Amino acid sequence: MTAVLSSSAPAASTHAAAGATRTPALPVAFRSLGRTFGTGAEAHTVLRDVDAHIRAGEVLAILGTSGCGKSTLLRAAAGLDSPTAGSVEIDGTPVQGIDSRCAFAFQEPRLLPWHTLQANIAIGLPAGISARDGKAKVGRLLDLVGLTDFAKHRPREISGGMAQRASLARALARNPGVLLLDEPFGALDALTRIKMQDLLLDIHRAEPTTVLLVTHDVDEALQLADRIIVLGREHGKDSDGARPGATIVHTVAVPGERPRDRGSVELARLRATLLATLGVDGH
Amino acid sequence: MSHSGTPHLTGTTVADGRAAAAPATPADAARPGSPDSGPSGSPANGWSPAGILANGWARLLLGLIIPAAVLAAWQLSTAAGAFSVVQLPPPAMVFEAGIDLLQRGQLGQHIAISTQRVLIGFAAGAALGLVLGSLVGLSKVADALLAPTIGALRAVPSLAWVPLLILWMKIGEDSKITLILIGAFFPVFTTVSLALRHVDRNLVEAARAFGLKGVKLLTTVQLPAVVPAVFSGLRLALAQAWLFLVAAELIASSMGLGFLLTDSQNNGRTDRLLLAIVLLAVIGKTTDALLGLAEKWAVKRWA
Ligand SMILES: Nc1ncnc2c1ncn2[C@@H]1O[C@H](COP(=O)(O)OP(=O)(O)OP(=O)(O)O)[C@@H](O)[C@H]1O
Ligand SMILES: [Mg+2]
Repeated sequence: MTAVLSSSAPAASTHAAAGATRTPALPVAFRSLGRTFGTGAEAHTVLRDVDAHIRAGEVLAILGTSGCGKSTLLRAAAGLDSPTAGSVEIDGTPVQGIDSRCAFAFQEPRLLPWHTLQANIAIGLPAGISARDGKAKVGRLLDLVGLTDFAKHRPREISGGMAQRASLARALARNPGVLLLDEPFGALDALTRIKMQDLLLDIHRAEPTTVLLVTHDVDEALQLADRIIVLGREHGKDSDGARPGATIVHTVAVPGERPRDRGSVELARLRATLLATLGVDGH
Repeated sequence: MSHSGTPHLTGTTVADGRAAAAPATPADAARPGSPDSGPSGSPANGWSPAGILANGWARLLLGLIIPAAVLAAWQLSTAAGAFSVVQLPPPAMVFEAGIDLLQRGQLGQHIAISTQRVLIGFAAGAALGLVLGSLVGLSKVADALLAPTIGALRAVPSLAWVPLLILWMKIGEDSKITLILIGAFFPVFTTVSLALRHVDRNLVEAARAFGLKGVKLLTTVQLPAVVPAVFSGLRLALAQAWLFLVAAELIASSMGLGFLLTDSQNNGRTDRLLLAIVLLAVIGKTTDALLGLAEKWAVKRWA
């Protein structure tokens, strides 16, 4: 455990030294956000009444069972999808269309198969960066996610976990005000997963951007987040039963400074609560 | 979906395995021309079929077996007097007819003019197919506007255009090249428009999320994604171009390999007739092979 932690420390210092252009972290607000797909009889409400304020620099984990709308919420924040009700605001201005203040690491790596990893990561670079700075930055990011030796490889020549790391590097290349991560460590083995979580914490410490992290993994949320929200359905509060669509059913502030002791009693209690929330929702 | 239950609930992770399956994007699956990058067969054993085919020369030789056998049968049957010279002249006579035409300076002309017509018609048809195919594939408006008309035009058997083209453009180069253009246009148009419509949405969305749009998006994501499809369309178009060349030249021309065919038929010169057929086969195969090389390179580069 500690070995893993210390092993990623040099990478962090590389990154901290890398800092050229800082983009300030931006606050995000979901205001009574709702999303319904389809119309009429086909209508399918996925999200409703999502209200949340994420402070600049905060790490927010979004938990919820599969299909409850986590990706949909993140896509709304990025402007890749427009909510059918309410709005998303970044730094006080509403998100309309694809928002350049965000960077997205998708649930699937989504790398261009005809580009090398290097070229794929370069796609994330912010507009207007000089070729030289861009190249240097991509080099540092490759190093950061441990893919330097694979810079010239194509996505099909690397493993799924490596592709996810490249996808994360592409998002980091933006220096985004808001970093949107949709299960970024889903395809990684347990050890790499922990390494990457620590890496994310290092990056965040060096460059405290706002992070919205979707995850299936309660432990990951407890380890990384300042705050955790659970998306799910509210049951039987109204007399007419549950309303369609998921909303925030649970919010917890995670106590303690990161990196947190994965074995602490307090976290264990929180984990049990969160799992119960998720479990109840699953039935 | 069986109930035997693959265990995907590990620890506190509510994984559904989607992320793990993600790298196999639809775009990968939809790519017809992409060569299997995996190791083929048993490379250690040089005598297994896969081992032999891995060697380019062996492959070439294997491909020459049937032409050589046909040639041998041709030679043997004519030497044995199974056919009259008018029905089937021996290979040597066809060869001599070729030398004869070559020395008169006619063979070079026939080949040159035919190749020129094919190349111009193919280039124009392919370019038009690329442009209109891209439009229809990318824009719903262009699709609604153009697709029905183009579909109806494609339904017209292409030879039906010949009388009209001759009427409008006379029996010159224009009418022939236009016919070849028509033949080359449709395969490119169809493959490009279809392929563009099936470009992996996820990839396009990812690129858009990083600020790519318009022409940059087209050249970074959409066009590279359809390169293999474009090349298979181009190869079909080239084959069509040769087909239409002969049709155009058969009907009205005073030069070219198609003309050589009709002219030889009228003069009872079966040797020249066979010569023209052999030349069409060889030149058609050669141009296709060249395009195939370009395709191989492009697929390796872009797929
Ligand atoms: N474009 C769309 N059209 C129609 N329905 C959609 C669309 N996108 C998402 N949905 C629906 O919205 C629901 C939530 O999808 P979403 O991808 O947000 O779930 P998720 O919480 O991210 O799930 P997972 O954990 O499996 O990734 C699903 O039921 C899905 O069918
Ligand atoms: Mg999702």
